Amino acid sequence: MVRRLPVQESFAAVLKLIVRRILVALPTLIILSVIIFGLQRLLPGDPIQTMMAEQSDPEVIEILREKYRLNDPLPIQYLAWVGNVLQGDFGSSLRTGLPVTEIILQKLPITVQLATMAMIMAMMVGIPAGILAAVHKNSMIDYAANAVALSGMSVPNFWLGIIMIMIFAVSWKVLPASGYVPITQDFWLSIKSMLMPAFVLSTAVAAYLMRHTRSAMLSVLSSDYIRTARAKGLLSKTVIIRHALRNALMPIVTLATLLFGDLLAGAVLTEQIFVIPGFGKLIVDAVFTRDYAVVQGVVLFTAIGFIAMNILADVLYIVINPRLRHPQ
Amino acid sequence: MKKIVMSVMLAAMTGASAVSAADLNVAMQDDPDILDPHRGNTFVGRMVFGPMCDALFDIDTALNIVPRLVADWSWSDDETVLTMNLRDDALFHDGTKVDGEAVKANLERGLNLPESNRKAELASIASIDVLGETQVAITLKAPDAAFLANLTDRAGMLVSPASFDTAGEGGLVCAGPYKLAERVQNDRIVMEKFDDHWEADNYHFDRVIYRPIPDTTVRLANLQSGDLDIIERPAPSDMAAIEADDSLVFDIVSGLGFYGINFNMGNGERSQNPINQDARLREALNLTIDRNVLNDVLGMGTYPPAYQPFSSASWAYNPEFDGGGRDIERAKELMAEAGHESVSFEILYANNTAMQSLFELVQAMASEAGFNISLRPTEFAAYVAEREEGKFDASQFGASGRIDPDGNFHRYLACGSAGNVGHYCNDELTDLLNQARVINNVEERKALYDQAQRIAVEDLPALYFYYTPRTWGYSANLDGFVSYPDGVLRLSGLKPKN
Amino acid sequence: MTTVVQTEMVAPRRRFRGLRKLARNRGALFGAAIVLFFVMLAVFAPLIAPYDPFFSSFTNVRKPPSAEFLLGTDEIGRDIFSRLLYGARASLMAGVVSVAIALGLGVPLGLIAGYFGGLIDGAISRVVEALLAIPSLILAIALAATLGPSLMNAMLAIGIAATPIFVRLTRGQVLAVKTEDYVEGARAIGLPNGLTIVRYILPNVLSPIVVQATITIATAIIAEASLSFLGLGQQPPNPSWGSMLNTAKNFMTQAPWMSIFPGGAIFLVVLGFNLLGDGLRDALDPRDN
Repeated sequence: MVRRLPVQESFAAVLKLIVRRILVALPTLIILSVIIFGLQRLLPGDPIQTMMAEQSDPEVIEILREKYRLNDPLPIQYLAWVGNVLQGDFGSSLRTGLPVTEIILQKLPITVQLATMAMIMAMMVGIPAGILAAVHKNSMIDYAANAVALSGMSVPNFWLGIIMIMIFAVSWKVLPASGYVPITQDFWLSIKSMLMPAFVLSTAVAAYLMRHTRSAMLSVLSSDYIRTARAKGLLSKTVIIRHALRNALMPIVTLATLLFGDLLAGAVLTEQIFVIPGFGKLIVDAVFTRDYAVVQGVVLFTAIGFIAMNILADVLYIVINPRLRHPQ
Repeated sequence: MKKIVMSVMLAAMTGASAVSAADLNVAMQDDPDILDPHRGNTFVGRMVFGPMCDALFDIDTALNIVPRLVADWSWSDDETVLTMNLRDDALFHDGTKVDGEAVKANLERGLNLPESNRKAELASIASIDVLGETQVAITLKAPDAAFLANLTDRAGMLVSPASFDTAGEGGLVCAGPYKLAERVQNDRIVMEKFDDHWEADNYHFDRVIYRPIPDTTVRLANLQSGDLDIIERPAPSDMAAIEADDSLVFDIVSGLGFYGINFNMGNGERSQNPINQDARLREALNLTIDRNVLNDVLGMGTYPPAYQPFSSASWAYNPEFDGGGRDIERAKELMAEAGHESVSFEILYANNTAMQSLFELVQAMASEAGFNISLRPTEFAAYVAEREEGKFDASQFGASGRIDPDGNFHRYLACGSAGNVGHYCNDELTDLLNQARVINNVEERKALYDQAQRIAVEDLPALYFYYTPRTWGYSANLDGFVSYPDGVLRLSGLKPKN
Repeated sequence: MTTVVQTEMVAPRRRFRGLRKLARNRGALFGAAIVLFFVMLAVFAPLIAPYDPFFSSFTNVRKPPSAEFLLGTDEIGRDIFSRLLYGARASLMAGVVSVAIALGLGVPLGLIAGYFGGLIDGAISRVVEALLAIPSLILAIALAATLGPSLMNAMLAIGIAATPIFVRLTRGQVLAVKTEDYVEGARAIGLPNGLTIVRYILPNVLSPIVVQATITIATAIIAEASLSFLGLGQQPPNPSWGSMLNTAKNFMTQAPWMSIFPGGAIFLVVLGFNLLGDGLRDALDPRDN
């Protein structure tokens, strides 16, 4: 009988968790693929016809429909698509002929950059604000922070974006009006052009982070252990806060991971306003032009990313809190 | 706390954004579809092909046919054989020569590629003969008045035969002054100067970048901030802002296209609506529309009133057919004559701000005579489908317009034409239009179009509201900007002022 | 067996305690006041509006706010103040109806999934997870595009897109409550499942659902504005704040009042619902008992 080291034990536990979660995610993915496939086919109008619009030549329309198997019965089309996906072939854009995998790879860094910048900004503001609000509970600071957070959550993103463009890009000319320069091309310009869209996106996220940090801090601060220590005068205020923070970090980190997953796909309107060629803009355009392969491929891809983020959140939760590794 | 960090960062980075003087940044309305001249279908695709793919012929600002890859040409006496002499210094981007064989291969690809969208434009070709390295003769089945005009567009663009298989999947190899460097869907199309082009000296930018930006506000903002050099189709409401800005120039020429509505004359049961059954009601509707108001409110003065399919930029335009304007009394009289005090019908249109405002105004104006118009906006894909299926009473009717008048008339109103979604069919009119296609003499053709128009004015299968101008906004730093009625940007001679 | 099972699961004093707590929360009162204000505006729009919201005057295009037109006019000469009032109806309805649909679909599904467990729960949960993996705005766009652009369809689309949240929330609550004594007791005496769910479980899971519903109304209003921004919500010429904002963005420099007022209205109403939701959460928070 080999005695397993504690490190090996925890590693095995984490691995088991990941595998279990992936297995559970599989039926979800399958259902998702059916939903996104079916939903699109329900949309009125036909991609080929939409593409042709002004110059509809019925012959060419038929040829293209055959080429993309649009005349096949739906289940066959679905199976053909799934079969290709499993081999790594997500199909090609009906509109431009470019392979979907290529499109995804081109846009992934853009979306990741935007999401990362928004997340960093949100954390830089939200977490400190939440700590402050918790420590000064029910004071003016607390109310002010909450008011700002609620405002951040209530402002329509697209409105804020347009106003910011008008002020910072057109009137004051300090920032570029639209949001994308490849980071490899010019690092600072790239950051500069994403400042506004990242800020707009970060408002709601910062608000959530602030409120969750506040409530997480509050629940730790009011825990018996801290209360006793405080009552006994054992620990200084800063030590208490630091300790509370370490414990409150857990839910904050998991929330942040989940929100990141949200950001990856959800910046639809912000991307539209700031002309950022990320996933959000891509999907919306593809829905409107009935570019089936693109919508299916990108939604499936982002769903996998989202599920991966969820699994990561669970793993982080366990890694940070050893007590949860072995459910009783 | 964060504010301080932000302003420090801003201060560190303030300054003009780094747009190289050797780059030209252009914004278009939409993202082009497939980058293959034989298959592409969008107007913006046409714009993008402009600098990359030379065609056999080109046009000048007066819409005359001028040489491009073809140095000179002649027609046989019966106008069925076109003999073309090519330039001998034209090269494809991959270094191969543009010769007779390449021309033949391209025309055949346009005709025979199963997914080719150029078949209709090249349909009158009977045979193609390569007479020499730089001489090609095309024999037509019958004279085709629009043939040369079509060869100035995508049908006449040449793709390197060596690249036929990869053209369209991002591997376009043409013979224009710029070659395709990179394409990112929904983001940008980057072109680099082709130094071995026969006219390379006339092109002064090292790189040209086209970006699709559908939102007119965002396009304008980018132009104002200096991130773009040229934008196409600024909204009429932005004209004042551009003109007020010393660093920008607003440019406008008459275009070839129009907007209006067409009626469902025979496509399914909705053609039974009274408005579609009685021309007097359509004339009454026509009389309720004040095109000057449309021009003022929507176009800020840039939407010339339209009563016929041809704008004043076209030789087929005839002032005889321009109307007198609004007359509510007469409209009510006509309605009474037709036996209706009020008429209800629905206008189907593709939803965007411009069309929304247009049809809201139409609705308001027509209501004064007793027309109860309901509006049904849908998104573009549904709009296309529903028109085909006849699910409309009246629908938005717009065309970007063609150089040859046949493209504005025959395609939409001839019996059985692909663009005739209302299934309007008048044999006499169709006859006249068909005749006009096969003769080349401009005066004779005009007479035929006039006759056809007289019939159209009686039947009123469509109402024309305004002509779409070709508008541009560009940086005052640019020299040599010339705009063409077809709306395509031609870069020769364009350079930065310093 | 004469045990009368108490139907009043929450002691009356506790319930009023929640309401009293709410009344003391200034933020929540402020939020409630805002919401009520806009509801009044919407309900009494025909009495308050100085002009017909559809009446366009070609000579008064894009006029700035004045005595004649309190908030200015829009791109075809309609009074913005009147359109704002009638638009309140569309926006508020969009919020409330969407959430009503999400509740009507989500809560029963959550109750069933949580109560019965097993395969039913597995199936429902997998579908919910699949739906949650699709960005909700994309889902709403696809649904709205399928059904056709109109306010009703937008509400349906937003409602369906918001359903998974309520399913998950309800299910979680049911799982927590399922093992409580009174539920076990009800089952022990052979009460049919339906009654058990409705009489014993539902009232005890309501609080977080009410809080979530209030907050979701806020997001639904923004969602309708977003859909209108893309052309899929309330269609012209019917007024809705979202579509007004969509048109207004084209005239930001020439007529900024066209964007300020509808955008501001959306902001205020959403803020109101968020404040109210916050207050409800604090008031109904079991931890403070």
